[in-house]
Amino acid sequence: MRIALFATCINEAMFPQAPAATVRLLERLGHEVVFPESQACCGQMHVNTGYFREAVPVIRNHVRAFEPVLDGEWDAVVGPSGSCVGSVRHQQAMVARREGEDRLARDAELVASRTYELSELLVDVLGTTDVGAWFPHSVTYHPTCHSLRMIKVGDKPLRLLRAVAGIDLVELPEAQACCGFGGTFSLKNSETSAAMVHEKVRNVVSTGAEVLVAGDYSCLMNMAGSLSRQGTGVHAAHLAEVLASTREAPWSPTVLPGDRSRATAVPAAVPGPAAPAARAEEAGPAAPAGPAAAPSSVLRGTTAEVGR
Amino acid sequence: MTTFLGMPRVAPQPATAPQDPLRWGPDFPTAAHETLGNGQMRTNLRHATRTIRDKRLRMVSELPDWEELREAGSAIKHWTMSHLPELLVQLEENVTARGGVVHWARDAAEANRIVADLVRATGESEVVKVKSMATQETGLNEHLAAEGITATETDLAELIVQLAGDMPSHVLVPAIHRNRDEIRAIFTERMGDAPADLTSEPRALAMAARAHLRAKFLTARVAISGANLAVAETGTVSVFESEGNGRMCLTLPDTLITVMGIEKVVPAFQDLEVFTQLLPRSSTGERMNPYTTMWTGVTPGDGPQAFHLVLLDNGRTKALADEVGRQALHCIRCSACMNVCPVYEHTGGHAYGSVYPGPIGAILTPQLTGMGTRGATDPHDPTASLPFASSLCGACYEACPVKIDIPTALVHLRNRAVESQQRRLLPTGWEAGMRAASAVMSSGSRFAVAARAAGLGRIVARHDRIARLPYPGSLWTGVRDLPAPPAQSFRTWWKEHQADGATRPAGAPSPGSTAGNEA
Ligand code: SF4
Repeated sequence: MRIALFATCINEAMFPQAPAATVRLLERLGHEVVFPESQACCGQMHVNTGYFREAVPVIRNHVRAFEPVLDGEWDAVVGPSGSCVGSVRHQQAMVARREGEDRLARDAELVASRTYELSELLVDVLGTTDVGAWFPHSVTYHPTCHSLRMIKVGDKPLRLLRAVAGIDLVELPEAQACCGFGGTFSLKNSETSAAMVHEKVRNVVSTGAEVLVAGDYSCLMNMAGSLSRQGTGVHAAHLAEVLASTREAPWSPTVLPGDRSRATAVPAAVPGPAAPAARAEEAGPAAPAGPAAAPSSVLRGTTAEVGR
Repeated sequence: MTTFLGMPRVAPQPATAPQDPLRWGPDFPTAAHETLGNGQMRTNLRHATRTIRDKRLRMVSELPDWEELREAGSAIKHWTMSHLPELLVQLEENVTARGGVVHWARDAAEANRIVADLVRATGESEVVKVKSMATQETGLNEHLAAEGITATETDLAELIVQLAGDMPSHVLVPAIHRNRDEIRAIFTERMGDAPADLTSEPRALAMAARAHLRAKFLTARVAISGANLAVAETGTVSVFESEGNGRMCLTLPDTLITVMGIEKVVPAFQDLEVFTQLLPRSSTGERMNPYTTMWTGVTPGDGPQAFHLVLLDNGRTKALADEVGRQALHCIRCSACMNVCPVYEHTGGHAYGSVYPGPIGAILTPQLTGMGTRGATDPHDPTASLPFASSLCGACYEACPVKIDIPTALVHLRNRAVESQQRRLLPTGWEAGMRAASAVMSSGSRFAVAARAAGLGRIVARHDRIARLPYPGSLWTGVRDLPAPPAQSFRTWWKEHQADGATRPAGAPSPGSTAGNEA
């Protein structure tokens, strides 16, 4: 299949390893990936902050960038982000219509109907759960709110993860609780957001997993930021990075390694059972993936090229 | 009589008595700063919401047709809202035909005046009350007190809140922020007839309240209630409750005055079939609430002989005029959304500064207070911060028994808040930022430049992370690190990748292997 990549703005600006991993994964599965250069953002940030009018040009740009999918130029559009795909599917047309842009709303709906989140594309469209990945780490998976409730990916990410060779998948307590990111919520209500992410991080640490995986780098940025600040030693990785990892090109951490030498005590967000700080110690440092001589990543070449 | 020495230990929460029950506090972030620091409250809340939440899930999963029931509830509400004027007239006709009297109140002040006049006409100065959000919303008790009328709340939790001089922090469990020891202190200090040796054992507390209230039930000649539902077709009004104290109020006194928000009407008696299933399972996690009282007008020789129904607008028709926001009027006040909301769980109900807390409060309160509508006076109305008090995680929508799309309504109301700021030409930092971001994010080439510029952020990064940024970035870095922006943008990587002869056919060597060779 010819698949257009919707990289998403936050990935492009901060986490290029996610779209790059998506490219490598899909190519490994024998598909052709196209990157429409005129794309920028889906408009979610503007919409969620209430700036509908300002969102319209952003939405228009997105819809025009991906419109060729309607003429059969590509077979599908994929976005490695539950919330951005959710925005494409549930916000773009709504906002366009509200702002009197009926044609744009119609086009947005059509493009949205061909746009898939990564796990949806793999499982529903490409009909695969075993992508031949190798990821020799203990992993806990956070199902992001928008993946779970807005686009309803269900257990697709977990089915994909379970099929990964070498993985040790540990269940995350209270997995469905929001991590407290919420886009500009994390700034407008920073203290509440902090309380929420502290609780999430406590649950992540309690699993003893080396790597926290999610299908959305926005949520991961929040959780990884807290994991790092608290010196937990837990790494973060996008689902695409896990699935792109192979024996030949294993994953290595690129985001906020959570250096434990900088450890501060886990702040007690909620009084009650003490934070399982001890568990963080037990978790041990994340093992460098693969032979040290082959610094590798899902990115073309080495981590030195991107993300470093 | 209790022996009481020294300072009272019961601090009312919030500390200042509210003027307006719909907006008593500062904006949400400011109020949340206070409540997040209250460890005891957060522990109480966390425990309580989790217990109810788990019970609700068990009860809901028992019903194979739960989703169909939610659909039905939602459909009835949609139909009701599009026929509200006719239904209310029909309700009035049927209540009147069966011996009741209907009053219409435009706002809180009017409703309070009507009720006070009705009580005064009976010559009584003591009334008992059934727990009611509508009268909380109008601040009826305070109004009656000013008129020399004492209203006693008879719902246990509501009584605790009343005695403590508190505001409710939950729709169903108004005293959810208090624990047993605090309740014991409230009773001993404020109830007057609490046993001297009262312990904080739940049964002891319940028995003390029971004795206290029994005296009131047996002497009260006037009762005031809210209503869960009213049936237009028959004029039947109903109250759903757990304790039976409501039924005492609804059946023993001579006069019953019910204050009901106009959105509580349903078209037909058969509609109760849906709501009697949806409400108790969603609110208390019970198959059926222990007491459902229904009455139709007055029945000679049985129950109150005078029945007054006060139909309260108080901002509801304003909400009805908003095509997205109006779904807040579908709410049946089950509180399921509060019990699943992570923001509510951390901040507690008082942070919302209104009798309606949690996700529903975040969309209902600002509409009732007229936020963002043309003509609303105060652009800095604290209720305008409520639609932003959500991470949009969607747990409320998933739990709501009448399928109110709270996240969409939140985003819609954020837009209304923003528009009203813009109408008043109050440029904010956000405004400038959002405009600039819109320009950047509506073009691939402009975005590419910006993304590359973001890479400059690496200058402030140490060890690949940014731990301190100036305001407003400090709102993030105060508690979280930020990864250093990547040295190479995705677009640059993509170009190299393509030049490398990307988009290989199936079976071609994986690009990963090349990476290994290079290393
Ligand atoms: S919004 Fe829905 S879940 Fe929340 S109280 Fe109302 S009916 Fe219940």
